[in-house]
Parts: sequence; C-alpha cells; structure tokens
Amino acid sequence: MNRLTTWFSAGLLALSLALAAPVHAQQPLKIGFGMSLTGPLAGNGKAALIAMQIWAEDVNAKGGILGRKVELVYYDDQTNPSTVPSIYNKLLDVDKVDLLVSGYGTNVIAPAMPIVMQRNMAFMGLFGLNVNSKFNYDRYFQIMPAGPEPAIGWTQGFFDTAMALAPKPQTIALVGADAEYPALALEGARAQAKRTGLKVVYDKTYPPNTVDFSPILRAIQATNPDLVFVASYPPDSAGMVRAANEVGLKTRMFGGGMVGPQFAALKTQLGPLLNGIVNYETFAPDVAGKFPFLDQFLAKYQGRAVKEGVDPLGFYLPPYAYAMMQVLEQSIKAVGALDQAKLADYMHTYEFDTFVGKVRFAKNGEWAVPRMLTVQYHGIAGNDLEQWMKPGHVTVLAPASYKTGAIMAPYHDNKK
Amino acid sequence: MEFPTALVLNAIIAGLLLGGFYAAVSVGISISFGMLDVVNIAHPAFIILGSYVAYIVNERMGLDPIAVSVVLSPLFFVLGLLLYRIYYLCFEKRGQESLRGLAFFFGILFITEVALVLIFGVDYRMVQTAYSETTWRLGPVDFPMRLVVPFLVSVTMVVGVQLFLTHTFFGRAVLAVAQDQLALRLMGVNPTRVKGLAFALSIATAGVAGAFLIVIQPVQPALGREYIGLVFAVCVLGGMGSIWGTLLGAFVLGIAESFTSTFFGPSWAPAVSFGLLLAALAFKPSGLLGR
Repeated sequence: MNRLTTWFSAGLLALSLALAAPVHAQQPLKIGFGMSLTGPLAGNGKAALIAMQIWAEDVNAKGGILGRKVELVYYDDQTNPSTVPSIYNKLLDVDKVDLLVSGYGTNVIAPAMPIVMQRNMAFMGLFGLNVNSKFNYDRYFQIMPAGPEPAIGWTQGFFDTAMALAPKPQTIALVGADAEYPALALEGARAQAKRTGLKVVYDKTYPPNTVDFSPILRAIQATNPDLVFVASYPPDSAGMVRAANEVGLKTRMFGGGMVGPQFAALKTQLGPLLNGIVNYETFAPDVAGKFPFLDQFLAKYQGRAVKEGVDPLGFYLPPYAYAMMQVLEQSIKAVGALDQAKLADYMHTYEFDTFVGKVRFAKNGEWAVPRMLTVQYHGIAGNDLEQWMKPGHVTVLAPASYKTGAIMAPYHDNKK
Repeated sequence: MEFPTALVLNAIIAGLLLGGFYAAVSVGISISFGMLDVVNIAHPAFIILGSYVAYIVNERMGLDPIAVSVVLSPLFFVLGLLLYRIYYLCFEKRGQESLRGLAFFFGILFITEVALVLIFGVDYRMVQTAYSETTWRLGPVDFPMRLVVPFLVSVTMVVGVQLFLTHTFFGRAVLAVAQDQLALRLMGVNPTRVKGLAFALSIATAGVAGAFLIVIQPVQPALGREYIGLVFAVCVLGGMGSIWGTLLGAFVLGIAESFTSTFFGPSWAPAVSFGLLLAALAFKPSGLLGR
C-alpha cells in the first residue's frame, strides 16, 4: 500500500511539473519603465509610450519573444526625478519585470541609474544626454543619436555650421534652463566654444518657471553676440522664440538646443516665428529617403496619436522609442535568453536594423556615429500642420551626409 | 556693472507688464486667503481651467481668449459658489477647515489636473490672437502686445475688484467678514453667504487670469503647480486681504524679476524676489499695504 502511495504521489508530482512547465512558458515577458505621463514633458512621454505599445502589439502579433507575449509594465513618473527610484524599485521587487528601459529624458534617466546598476540590469535609455559620463556603466545603451561624445555631438552641427559662415563668428551667448538636460547641453556648448575659439560673452541659466524671456534676450542683445545658443524645454522655447521676435534680436544664428520645435504643438503654434532658427531634429520629411522604413511606423502612430491628443507628427521621439524596443527585441532573440550580461555583450558587439536605420553602439553605450540633424526652418507661413508634413520648410545643415542646403544667415534677416 | 538707459527702461516696463499678469493670478488668492481665510491651494488649477476654456473657444470659434474669459467669468463664479458650498458643508461648518480643508483643496487641484489630462491630453496648448506677434516700439522701449493686453485687462480687473469691495454694500460686507464675522451676524447678515459670493468672485478672477496665461505662454494641465508659490508670495508681500497691496506686490516682484534677469542673470531672479518677500516680512510683517 505504501509503495502504491509513493508511486501515486510521484506520478502526481511528475504530472504537475509537466503541466507547470508550459504555464511558465506562457508567462508574459515583462518590460518595466517609468514614463512622464503627466507634468511638463508628458506630451513627449505619452507619444513615446504609444510607440512602445505599437511595438508590443507588433511583436505579440508575431508570437512574442522566446515564445512569450510581451507585457509593458509602466508607471507615471510625473516628469519628476524624485519619483523615479521608487518606480524602478517597485518594478524590480513587486512587479518582477524581466527587463528595464528608461522613461523619456535626461532628468528621469539619471535617477534610475543607481538602481539599475545595483541590480546589474541591461538598460536602454530614451533620449538622455550624456547620462553615462558620470556612471560609466557598461550595460547602459542610449538610442538618441548624439554619438560617442554626446555633449559634443549634440552641439556639433550647430558649431560646425557656425564656423563655416563667412566671416567667421567671433562671439557667442549661451543660455539655458536650470535643469539637467540644459546644463549638459550648455556644458557641451562651452566645450565647443573653446574648441572653435569663440568668445563667450553671455553664459547664464534661468529658473524653469520663467514667464517672460524678453529681459534675458535684451541682456543677450546688449552683448551683441554673433551666435546665440539656447538649451531650453518646450514652454521656455516658445517664450524664447516669441521674445526674440519681440525684442528684435539681431544675431547671425539663433537656436541650437531648444526642445519643443520638434513637436507639432510648437511647430503649429509658433509657425512663421520659427523661420531662420537653427535647431536640432532627429527626422525631417526632406530626408525621408534616408529613413526608408519609417513610413510603416508613422502610419500606425499618427492615427493613434491624434486620438490620444499627443504629437500628431511623431517625427522626433516616437520612432526612436520604437527603435529602442527593436534593439531589445533583436538582442533577446539572438541571445535566446534574458541573461543581462549576455544581452549587454550582444548590444555592444552587433549592429541593429531599426526603423530609424542601422544602430551600432560605442563602448559607453552611445551611438557609435553621431547623427543628430542640425536644421534651419524657413518659408513657414501660417500655423497649419500640413506644411510640416511635406518637404520644403526644413533645410538640413548637418551632418554632411544628410545635408540638403546651405544656411541662410543672419537670423534677423531670415525671420520672415 | 553698467546700466544703459534703454535696458533700464525696458526692464521697468517688462517688470510692470509681468507684474500686471502676476496681479491677475494673485488677486483671487488675496480675496480667498487674505480676506476669507480659505486656503484655496487649488487656485492655480482654476487658472489652468480658465486657460483651457479660453483655448477651446479660441480654437473652435476663433474668438479672442481674453474677451471670452470675461464673458464666461459668470460660469467660474457659479463654479466658485458650488465649491465653497461643498467646502462649507464638509469642513468649515464642522470646524475642520484648517487641515482637512487644505487637503480638500489639494484634492481639487489634482482632480482638476486629471480631468484636463483626460479631456485635452497632455500636450502643450497655446492660442492665436490678432495681437500675439505685434510689438509697439516707443523710442528704445518695446511694448509686446502679448503682455500689454493682459496687463491692461488685469489692472482694470484688479481696480474693479477694489472699487467693488470698497464702494458697494456687498463689498463692504466682504471686508467686514474678513474683520469680524460675529459682528456681521449680529447685524443680520449671513456671513456664510457673503463668503460664498466672495469666494466665487475669486474663482471668477482665476478664470480670467487663465486666459492671460495662455496668451503669454503654452499651457499644459500640470502647469498650475508652478504658480502656487508665486500667488501666495504676492498676496503675503502686498498685505493679506489688501487688493491695492496685491497689485503693488505683483509690480514689485515683476520689476525685481525683470531687473535681476536683465542685469544680474535670470537664475538670481527667484532669490531676489523671495529675498524681498523676507525683507518685507522682517520690517513690515503685515505686508506692504497690510494693516
């Protein structure tokens, strides 16, 4: 009888194990992140989230990864860096996610880094500027195409374009918000000014809740700079552009590191006021031929974005959010496991095919070759969105392989 | 350090224009917090609500946002009446207005934000007006209409509120509520009704200030939080419950901010503004025009 019971128990155990194995295999593959769904950068955060959800749907429609459906586990970080550590701890300890990626922007990527490093997780970052320069984490990767020296690469196009002007500019004014990204962008701009021998005649920051920017621009104008480099967030960028128009700013180049003109909201609201401004973009319809597969993504994204009330163009951030997930997907499939060290090794070693083109990472996890587009807006009339969807209003000035035309300088003669 | 005349004049004008806007966003707090002792920390959320109302009418019908906000201010007045009724019944009547009332207004702040997110999304919104891109130049001084129009309407509104409070029976009743509710009750006036109407007036001013805000800068649902410190600072600097004080305090902070930004760097502006507030409190604790 005892022997019979033993055999029966063993049989039950074997049966339960056999049944449990497929159940485990069906557990979703959880990818966790915080995302700015409210707060000042929520417009960008929500647009990125839509792109990541489209990716998850695309992957799941093809059967998932490693036979498991993908599940995105995310929380609203409120564009507030202080919420980020608790979100990532919860993702790891409570939600037990398999992989981590970052939310949008330098301000929320930096506070996630210590936790990610403690747990030895591979970590894909979404548009953080030069975050790894302080951490030197060998499992950090950044999808923003700023290049292996991000602070320099971010501003390279602006300065290269400026130094090609005749006669060569002599002076520059630097201004930016008191926040993580503008501080790093200004750091890069100072290094560029030093490299190119430009004299810095104004170098100040402003508090993020500044309402009127005209006193700042008048102070800049009083120094009579040849170039004005601005590192700002969306509401400040709008304030800067309006104030430049109101005070009649006279300078040869104006812009550089303004976040905001990349999105439909500011493109349509500022309209002709953007004419003459030199700034960065990650995509423009004028170079659509260099992004052959992006149409597939944008077709899916744009319909959904309109319904959700976020950036209906989706040129700037969403394609890269999707590409970030493609890198992760291709790495997991190639490695065949979720081993964080092997994933990081693979990402360091191989090139990835994504909707934003081929991506290869440098040793510090940044793009091996910079590809930020430096552009100048021109010929914009009125405030309709349609004109931004077609080529003709954005001249790509750098990098050379993407160049579509020459700069029109000075800024004040090309404002209209 | 040099102070060229053109820069000084522009700094003063820009400061006055900015101060006019600050007065509009703060006058409601001066009424609710300064006179009625209602710590309406949700006031900036109603400013943002005013921005979105102006935005939606401007976008759909092309009407001027500030004119729209003035016309629709009775709606905000009614909203204020309802809000005060809830606050009174749930907290003030039970003597729980201090801490729980504060929590109530915090809740209203978040609910308003979430409602705006759900209805309008999280993207920045801005309006187009006939004067947004126009700047008048008088010699070396610039007058950007984007700031001049809100300034003029704001000063008119604040002066109007002051005249209303000092030259009408109801206005005097509001001032009496601020001083001695019991005495008012003994004279046969219901202080709760007076407070309700005065609170509603404060919310109506927030609606109009919201239209100024969206004319001046892009707005998103959570922007109001950035104005919490400012509105209370202007109210305290000017003197609790003093409308003229609110106007003066707003001009002082506006000019301080503009002057500091022009000559010493914008990052010093908050330190100078709040340094002035501390100095005023140290030498005149009741505020510039407070009693």
